[in-house]
Amino acid sequence: MKAMRAGGAAIVTLVLLFLAAPILIVVIVSFSSAAYLSFPPPALSLRWYRVYFGSSEWLVPTGLSFGIAAAVVVLSTLLGTLAALGIGRLPPALRAPIAALSLSPLVVPGIVVAIGVYYAYSRYGLVGNPIGIVLGHTCLAVPFVVTSVSANLAGLDRRLEQAALGLGATPLAAFWQITLPLIRPGILVGALFAFISSFDELIVSLFLSGTGAITLPRRIWDDLRFALDPTIAAVSTLTIAVTLVVLGSVHLARRRSERLRIANVGLPE
Amino acid sequence: MTTLAESGIATAGRQPKLPTAPLGPLLLVAPLVLYLLVFYALPVAAMLMRSVTDPHWTLANYARLPADPVFLRVLSTTLTTAAVVTIGTMVLGYPVALAMVRARPVVTNVILAVVLLPFWTSVLVRSYAWMVLLGRHGLINEALTAAGLIETPLRLLNTALATHIAMIHILLPYAILPLASVLRQIDGALLRAAAGLGANPWRVFRQIVLPLSLPGVAAGMLLVFVLSLGFYITPALVGGPRDTMLSMLIAQQVDLLNWPYAAALSATLLAVALALIGLTLRLPTLRQALRGVRR
Repeated sequence: MKAMRAGGAAIVTLVLLFLAAPILIVVIVSFSSAAYLSFPPPALSLRWYRVYFGSSEWLVPTGLSFGIAAAVVVLSTLLGTLAALGIGRLPPALRAPIAALSLSPLVVPGIVVAIGVYYAYSRYGLVGNPIGIVLGHTCLAVPFVVTSVSANLAGLDRRLEQAALGLGATPLAAFWQITLPLIRPGILVGALFAFISSFDELIVSLFLSGTGAITLPRRIWDDLRFALDPTIAAVSTLTIAVTLVVLGSVHLARRRSERLRIANVGLPE
Repeated sequence: MTTLAESGIATAGRQPKLPTAPLGPLLLVAPLVLYLLVFYALPVAAMLMRSVTDPHWTLANYARLPADPVFLRVLSTTLTTAAVVTIGTMVLGYPVALAMVRARPVVTNVILAVVLLPFWTSVLVRSYAWMVLLGRHGLINEALTAAGLIETPLRLLNTALATHIAMIHILLPYAILPLASVLRQIDGALLRAAAGLGANPWRVFRQIVLPLSLPGVAAGMLLVFVLSLGFYITPALVGGPRDTMLSMLIAQQVDLLNWPYAAALSATLLAVALALIGLTLRLPTLRQALRGVRR
């Protein structure tokens, strides 16, 4: 019994190590002083970060990726939140196909979406153009907003809204003063996931970036095909840091939403 | 009295505007539906149409697939890779999912963090990590040489094995999360009853936990299999030169501007993926399990 439990714990630890170690090794290698990949690093240094921060070849794509992700957040949060507010109230016959359409980018293989948008966008000058990438990434980001806001709405006490309407609030005022503040955590989580989905996206960018709109993942991809320069380890570590900051914010937003839900429970039946 | 009456009238007058009216929800979903039709669904549909309209209405682009040696080789690589990755993630993922459900809250949170961190790290960065580990002068070869176990570096990178390992690493969370959500719902009283009646832990697992967790196993396996079929970045970076997957063949054909063939391949890939996802969602227990995958 005890041996079995210890054996189980060992297996689980090994699998968790398998999950975490590759990422930790990239982080460690990025602080290496050596000109080639070696582990453990002979000494620690920031030389690869200096290369990154001193090169417009890396900084320009980074700026572009942040800009594109910001635009995607605005567009997908707006479209996704409005849709989430509507979908639950649609007649069932309409609800299923519309939900399927808005969630399908999660399961349609990336290459199919990528060459589809490439095929159509190239006719309208949207290849090699940041606007094209924003339009494509928004399709992929929308499902995160729709699911996150819908989940938030499902946990909401609808009687609060009805109470506001019953007390004479206009539907707009009820939405603005009651519903919106209650679903704000869901909107925030959706927006953060939309940000990461665009910031890390590669397949659509590979086809839409052309020569005029090189995003950061596209820049890493181009580099990876030729060399395994430790600069990429530094860039990877920075993108992991961006991801961690965003995930930390998600965690805080979810905790806030839990608190609001607990506060709602106090309402009498 | 007046205010009450007024508010009563006011609410009555506003009844049609209440959220149950069908026009309001339609207006709310309309912008997204229009956006997705214009910038996503119609572009993909127009591209797929090239497979049956080039140069005129024809099914020739599909009819040639079963006799096309390139397609058959790529299809076999894709299916084999997906199968190996699916089995690999389930074998490695099951103990982790079990530990996640059984452990103390602190340990559960640690496991969850270790599972979610790679989940959210970009596929590109994780593929790069495996290039660093498996390369000719990568960490594994360096370590084995230093230990005196090998004299010349092993060829690990750019092999089918590298693709399998990296894809298992990337897809493991998709197997763990639905499984954990099903395992969590197993009634603890059942396990205590079985143990109280004298079943040893292995027997409790085999006769109670394992059968009850099968919907989670099925949901996780279907999800991992479908996602594997469409993999592009990882096999292109760490895979062997001959191990072309379906997505890579599609990209190559687009580079050659061979749209009818690329479209026929895309339609095939899409049909298989949607059929498998449709099957998963049609079975209520699997559908329930998929809720556990919350990114």
